[in-house]
Amino acid sequence: MSQFPNPTFPEWRDKSLDDALLECRDQVESPDFETVQRWREAGGKVVGHFQVSFPEEIVHAAGMLPFKVRGAPTDPNLADSHFGSYLCSILKTSLELALSDKVELDMFVSHPICDAARNLAAIWGRNFDYPCQTLYLPQNPNSTGSIDYLRHEYDRMRRVVEEIAGHEITDEALAQSIAVFNENRRLMRELYDIKREQPWLIAAEDAYALVSLAGMIPREEHNELLATLLPQIRERTAKQEDRIRVVFEGGFCEQPPFDLIRMLGRTCYLVDDDLHIGLRWITDDVDLDGDPLRNLAVAYIERSSYSPVQHDTRKPKEKMLIARINEARADAAILAAAKMCEPGLEEQVAYTHALDDEGIAYFVSEFEENMTTFGQLEMQVETFVENLLFA
Amino acid sequence: MSTLEDGSQLVGRGNKEGAALFRDWFAELNETARTGGQAAYVFVMGSTNEILKTFDLPVVFPEINSLQTAVRRVAHEYLEEAEDYGYSPDICGYVKADVAVQLRGGEHPMGNLPRPTISVLTNACNTYIKWAEIWERMYGTPMFTIDVPGTRQAGKQTWAGNSDFEADRNYVEVQLRELITLCEEITGKTFDIDKFREVLGHANTMTRGWSRMLELNAARPSVFNALTDGTIYLGVANGFRGTAEGAAYFDRLVEEMEYKAANGIGQTAEEKYRLLFVGVPCYPIFRRFNELFTEWGGTFVNSTYLWFASGGTNRGFEYDLDNPLASLAEGMLVSVRDSMDSMFFQDDVLEQMITDHHADGVIYHPIKSCRTVSTGLADGRRSLTEKTGTPSLFIESDMMDRRVVSEAQMKNRIDAFFEGLVSRRQLAETGQND
Repeated sequence: MSQFPNPTFPEWRDKSLDDALLECRDQVESPDFETVQRWREAGGKVVGHFQVSFPEEIVHAAGMLPFKVRGAPTDPNLADSHFGSYLCSILKTSLELALSDKVELDMFVSHPICDAARNLAAIWGRNFDYPCQTLYLPQNPNSTGSIDYLRHEYDRMRRVVEEIAGHEITDEALAQSIAVFNENRRLMRELYDIKREQPWLIAAEDAYALVSLAGMIPREEHNELLATLLPQIRERTAKQEDRIRVVFEGGFCEQPPFDLIRMLGRTCYLVDDDLHIGLRWITDDVDLDGDPLRNLAVAYIERSSYSPVQHDTRKPKEKMLIARINEARADAAILAAAKMCEPGLEEQVAYTHALDDEGIAYFVSEFEENMTTFGQLEMQVETFVENLLFA
Repeated sequence: MSTLEDGSQLVGRGNKEGAALFRDWFAELNETARTGGQAAYVFVMGSTNEILKTFDLPVVFPEINSLQTAVRRVAHEYLEEAEDYGYSPDICGYVKADVAVQLRGGEHPMGNLPRPTISVLTNACNTYIKWAEIWERMYGTPMFTIDVPGTRQAGKQTWAGNSDFEADRNYVEVQLRELITLCEEITGKTFDIDKFREVLGHANTMTRGWSRMLELNAARPSVFNALTDGTIYLGVANGFRGTAEGAAYFDRLVEEMEYKAANGIGQTAEEKYRLLFVGVPCYPIFRRFNELFTEWGGTFVNSTYLWFASGGTNRGFEYDLDNPLASLAEGMLVSVRDSMDSMFFQDDVLEQMITDHHADGVIYHPIKSCRTVSTGLADGRRSLTEKTGTPSLFIESDMMDRRVVSEAQMKNRIDAFFEGLVSRRQLAETGQND
């Protein structure tokens, strides 16, 4: 279990809802990841795991902090010379965080989510002495062998993490961690229920900040944060406005700039999205009885969301998107992709054709985490929204 | 062949026979398209030809089809068509050229291509998966991903007998069995284990030939151009893997290379500087790209391309015909993993190649289209330079998209690189570079 003698993120405590959310936004907007630094200063160890999904429970059960490596709004001054052109920004800024010592890790794990990211373990391994590994999550989840395989792969990861932690990770510890994460998943689902049902109660950027924090503070702290703020959010008396309801798709890996989400939230209700979908990958409780690693593997294969970086014949992505739009009673979709993100850009084509067939309006855009000007984009989005509102 | 006079007939035979095999292959595909026959779409890193040939399924390699459009200088037409359909200029040119081929009903500069009845791919390149999804959407083509777990950490490969390796091998074997079932359903044929053994035997012969051919290029002068000749050999290695023709081709190719090595017959260009190539060739100006090096006496003696694009055949894994399916699973695991290693951990591979092939320099050619190959090259280069001090050149362009190929800029950089090599050698000869 994560041990946190001192909270890594105390700023929100004993504050009004608005002030607490302001602290959450500030924390997420900062490129310095102070919460991770505080964890380390208290003697804690950190495993950085790149987007999208990672079995954080294994690291948590070792008493270490799983940190979601998600790039940062920073310039890749040191990292730039380690990469060529035609690459997405998140690769560079993630490495920048490590090279600049803003985030110190004890282990780095990436996944074969895309052609670029699958190079990361090798690149980090050439630059840091700590273990830098690829966790080979199954790319054939439809195979009858995928759960057995993944159970073994999780066990392999457990052994590596044990070496770093310096002690065994027992099944009991894993089960306790799964329980903590189940609670977290329940709270995140509740947050998204609010977004879908009463989006006027929470600003898009506040909801995003609350989700994003999950990957940078211990989950017990995150549970406490959500458990405290969600009831207050529900009690708000804000009134519904005449805005269109949109689903944002394209935030599964590189994250759009905070100001972009803020801008979208000003213009419409963001009723569902795939932002940081890896932190919400498992869509239901993970079983607590029996072999915890198998339970995690089963949940990954059988009870999980979708993204452009996984092919599963049971989850055709365009159908999943349409279901997401329908379940959120959205009027339209924003089909975004990070610049140079091959899977995201490829999926855009399938999405646009499918939404054309369904007669669902959409707006196609590209973003980069380091974008700072949104004037043109805001005007385009407003025009798109007005066309729908006054159609 | 004991005399130069007799043996001289061997020189260049591999290229001629390779071209002929290519024509035969495309003629077969043309006929399949005409008759509406079945075809399997596959990829170079883990084609599973061994299973597909057992079912007599003609194989289509969309990567090879796409590069052919670039070599024939019509790629831009196909790219533009796919971009009009919605695909971004920033994604893989191979994918886009194939999308255009499909939109044109299979029309390709080398003839008509059949539609996919099934697509089989590995995870060695993630774009394979996105690519096969396109056919799945266009035609409802069943796609089968053979998920081959790669090396988890530099230098931490596991081998037979290790429990982690066995878990990976079992996973691959389960998938191969599932693929066989799918092929039986699609073709209506029963899997023939004896034919399968025969196919594996041909693949073993080819593997021996491939490994020997690479080895022979350590000769001074080198016996084939790893960039240009090598691409022909790669085409045959992929398209004819598991066939009697493919096996015979490599037997004869080795005979040619053995002869050239024994008689000191090198490449067409005089060899002054032995180079390694890292990345994917610049197909839009393929011949000229090579000339920019050979004009200075630079010859390509090996490449990571010959490793990863042969699906790791360089690893030399030979199947155990007494235990064919388990052995294919092990072979795929070891070979496809090696393919991935030669992209992601290319600095380690190159360090060995520099020694084995007596290389004077390394040419890195990262490309817009392929992030699998290109993402780690700048960092790998830093590491290799630190470890070996070997001179290297880093030039970015593309394998398909002429919009990002600037021959003049490339020439400037290549000329400067060679000027550096020349002075380095002069200093070495006069003992002034210590």
